[in-house]
Amino acid sequence: MATFSTTATVDDPRISLGDDGILLPARGGGDDGSGPGLPDYATRLRRARLGLLVALTPVLMLFVSFSSAYVVRQGLPTLDPRTNALVRDWIPVALPKLLLINTGVLILSSVFMELARRQIKGQAALASAKSAPGVSVVDQMRIPWLAMTFVLGLVFLFGQWAAWRQLAANGFYVATTPSSSFVYLLTGTHAIHLMGGVLALFIAGVASLLRRSAATRSIVVEVTAWYWHFLAALWFYILCLLEFAR
Amino acid sequence: MATHEFAAQESHAHAGPQGFIRKWVFSLDHKVIGLQYYFLALAAVFVGMFLSLLMRIHLVAPTAILPFLGDIKPETYLTLVTMHGTIMVFFVLTTAPQGGFGNYFLPIQIGAPDMAFPVLNMLSFWTTFLGFIVMLAAFFVAGGAPLHGWTGYAPLSALQSSGPGEGLGADLWIISIAIFCIGALMGALNFITTTLDMRAKGMTMMRMPLTVWAWFVTAILGLLAFGVLLSAGILLLMDRNLGTSFFVPLVTINGQLTGHKGGSPLLWQHLFWFFGHPEVYIAILPAMGMCSQLLSVFSRKPIFGYKAMVYAILAIGLLGFMVWGHHMFMSGMSPYTAFAFSIMTMGIGVPSAIKTFNWLGTLMRGRIRFTSPMLFAIGFVSLFVSGGISGPFLAQPVLDIQLHDTYFVPGHFHLIMGVASIFGIFAATYYWFPKMFGRMMNESMARWHFWFSFIGTYAIFMPMHYLGMAGMPRRYSQMTEVSYLHGLIPLQKFITYAAFITIAGQLIFLVNLFWSMFKGTKASDNPWEATTLEWTTATPPPHDNFGGRTPVVHNGPYEYSVPGAPRDFVMQTDPEIKPSH
Amino acid sequence: MGLILLIIIWLITFVSTYFFVAKTWWLPVGASAAAASIDHHFTTTFILMGVVFVAAQVALGYLVWSYRDRGTATKVAYSHGNTNLEIVWTVLTTVLFVGMNLASSSIWASERFRAAEANAVQVEVTGMQFAWYFRYPGPDGKFGTTKPELEDASAGGEAALGLDTKDPTSKDDVVTGTMVVPVNREIEVILRAHDVIHSFFIPTMRFKQDAVPGLAIHMHFTPIQTGEYEILCAELCGLGHYKMHGMLKVVSQEEFDKWLAAREAEKQ
Repeated sequence: MATFSTTATVDDPRISLGDDGILLPARGGGDDGSGPGLPDYATRLRRARLGLLVALTPVLMLFVSFSSAYVVRQGLPTLDPRTNALVRDWIPVALPKLLLINTGVLILSSVFMELARRQIKGQAALASAKSAPGVSVVDQMRIPWLAMTFVLGLVFLFGQWAAWRQLAANGFYVATTPSSSFVYLLTGTHAIHLMGGVLALFIAGVASLLRRSAATRSIVVEVTAWYWHFLAALWFYILCLLEFAR
Repeated sequence: MATHEFAAQESHAHAGPQGFIRKWVFSLDHKVIGLQYYFLALAAVFVGMFLSLLMRIHLVAPTAILPFLGDIKPETYLTLVTMHGTIMVFFVLTTAPQGGFGNYFLPIQIGAPDMAFPVLNMLSFWTTFLGFIVMLAAFFVAGGAPLHGWTGYAPLSALQSSGPGEGLGADLWIISIAIFCIGALMGALNFITTTLDMRAKGMTMMRMPLTVWAWFVTAILGLLAFGVLLSAGILLLMDRNLGTSFFVPLVTINGQLTGHKGGSPLLWQHLFWFFGHPEVYIAILPAMGMCSQLLSVFSRKPIFGYKAMVYAILAIGLLGFMVWGHHMFMSGMSPYTAFAFSIMTMGIGVPSAIKTFNWLGTLMRGRIRFTSPMLFAIGFVSLFVSGGISGPFLAQPVLDIQLHDTYFVPGHFHLIMGVASIFGIFAATYYWFPKMFGRMMNESMARWHFWFSFIGTYAIFMPMHYLGMAGMPRRYSQMTEVSYLHGLIPLQKFITYAAFITIAGQLIFLVNLFWSMFKGTKASDNPWEATTLEWTTATPPPHDNFGGRTPVVHNGPYEYSVPGAPRDFVMQTDPEIKPSH
Repeated sequence: MGLILLIIIWLITFVSTYFFVAKTWWLPVGASAAAASIDHHFTTTFILMGVVFVAAQVALGYLVWSYRDRGTATKVAYSHGNTNLEIVWTVLTTVLFVGMNLASSSIWASERFRAAEANAVQVEVTGMQFAWYFRYPGPDGKFGTTKPELEDASAGGEAALGLDTKDPTSKDDVVTGTMVVPVNREIEVILRAHDVIHSFFIPTMRFKQDAVPGLAIHMHFTPIQTGEYEILCAELCGLGHYKMHGMLKVVSQEEFDKWLAAREAEKQ
């Protein structure tokens, strides 16, 4: 029975790195102060953006799945054994007007978020200029867009909780009707995701105190900003679904 | 020569972390994380096998009293069925090939120093680990683990009063799966970003090894499917604990109204199987990639039809999202919808068949070396064919009337998904062990392991097709109540004996694995004379995989026996080779 | 090693195939009108897939033996594949798989696309943990109402279904624990479930359909042979799933009429 045994001995590695190996050193070119061993800012930014795009996909799928459950459940007839007939038990929920105010808050926070994103990108660009010898840059008065977004995010979350209280006051709890179940489910899941965004903003804000580089903070804020805009758009979709597909 | 330069560069390489915790527990190194996933799966598979052994005993000896465990009641049997399936599908088949080997070798095979997001990678492992702990916890809470099957159909899974184990145990089961979803999504994020953004110079998509293609497409499937499973789990938790009625219509349990109404059990099935079908491709694609890899290396021949193999992987991934209804032919779904799903299902058989033809084409006119990884790769092809052939029976609704929910189904999916995927894991272990641990595994033990496993798994699962044809239903804890089932008990006994022997054979693997880590023959950097990037670097690879440099790729991954080349393999980093004819 | 692989692979293939061909463990005798065409399609599928199965495994075994490394004598044919061959076997596979499925679709259509005939014998089949109950509409031809609040499984068939005895259409309904039907008549089953999903499976009739709570699913089959046939539950429904077992009795039309008349008389 022929067996194969390797002819490569321990001492002869039989490796090849082509061109005999003098290639791009593993460290990226361009010192952006981000520390040894990390690729350059442009690569990190691109990678973070790609990562966010990928990460948004399952979030989208979660809400696509909820939406399809919503549509199916709304139209579903069920057998009423008492009459041997198929009935539909969907009762539309009157949405609290507060949700419209919350929507406005979220859209405004998205605007602030975008301004914060551009602000910190500018800071990151300036940071590399600042590190060049002989250059001095005057610090402009900075509006704390990031902090304001953070506050508005909290306001939105509080507003959603208040809207839940209103729903309950009108007699619509989680299990009252299938329609009310979906209202709580969709707004609640959205809120949980937004909490994640609020946490990311907090980390980005604290990062400057922890003396992370402007480049790193800029990437964190960039990613959070796109996440934030996505959640704002998602909220708008949820509102439309609940309001118009009643 | 290369050795000198390599050593000289080592000192400039990115230094790894120090300290036991940073190095082995919360490591950010994809290689350590890959090993963590692997050993998690190893623990899980032994739990899963133990559960199946208890199932097999109870089925043929329902009144037996076992040491320590006492007698197994019908509800306990169903708990075993549920947890066996859940643990195997999630914590073995989704964890070892992707989380284990994918994490370890994807970056190296594309020439990257690590995954795109190392911290996320570390978190993804510990999340998965937490999921496993929560799953095991279900056994120990009041009422025990759930009995509703790994598929968790509502209303059985949605009502706390529907049976023993459907209380806290079922909640923990759902929470564990939700945690697993999150861990898997984190992993998928890393795999996709890394593959798209971190390939070395010259490593075009069409020069990637098929293992990488498989991990990449598997990650995309996971990205799209696990969110849906998570959504279904959330709705189920709400039905169970908050009184909602997503899945539960007006029902009574033992004559008692439950307070639910209007929900749809079929909604659960649609959501679950929209995830569940891609899940089976998640389980098998990495093994297919592995098989392609190994057949090529050990036939000393390029893979037959690389492009077709890539398209087949993509087609399987895409079509995998369009066939979920074939699990629901008998569910009360519209028969017109069933017809549509069945045509799509036959369609997905085509890329799988193409891959099989190409594997055979790779072997043909090759020069086959019967190493232990190769044995398992050949075994994989045989098992994949066997499991695949029973698919078209189930895919035709008219035949599924008879076969649905009989033993024909577990016969089918164990061969094509369970055993075939496990063979892929074994093959990968024997193949990459030298690179991971610097030593070879013992060949003679490996051969015994192969024969026990190959013959044993056929002996266990082929007879299940006969049982299904004869009308033996699934998930029956004993065969005593229906008279025509009595005649099938001898065949069940045969399966039980085969299971004992096969599982005993797995101990050989366990011994081999751990013994070889310490006592195996030392391995060179490229003992198999293979071409892909992991074999161009040291054994085991340094912390940043390539010792401070990145490779430049000039060739495809399967350049074996190129006419006119100096030796019978051309590494991907060798100067570009053109065949002399 | 190549030879041993060939021998073992071929042995496993031939032994497995033998038991399929010999029908050692096989479908029970078909006793419904649909059984003949369903069984015929089983045979067609077995033959087609059997040929593929044997061919692929035989080829695998042969190739690993024939192309084993025999030292320097072995020459490898360097090739990246053959596009024409890929196209050919892709087309052939598609034709085989899709064709086989389309061939079975007419049987599926006749079983499932059309509703029961107007003069079918109606039986309502209700599954609950862990028994089957069968209800006949009685002389008025209507199934009466049931109320979940009235369900009491300990008090016999009518109470188990929660039959509302105040409803005049309910009073004449006949409820049994055994399903009795006349031979050579189309039987319309209306499937219901009280608690969880069950599945009504009669192997000899080649009949299976899930009974889903919240739905009343109409199906039909035509028994063509008298006898007693097992009914099994084929969807996991709890700890008693293995013993949720019933009996179908197919009798002559006269016997059925007599039996039904006697049951209906008891309800007066």
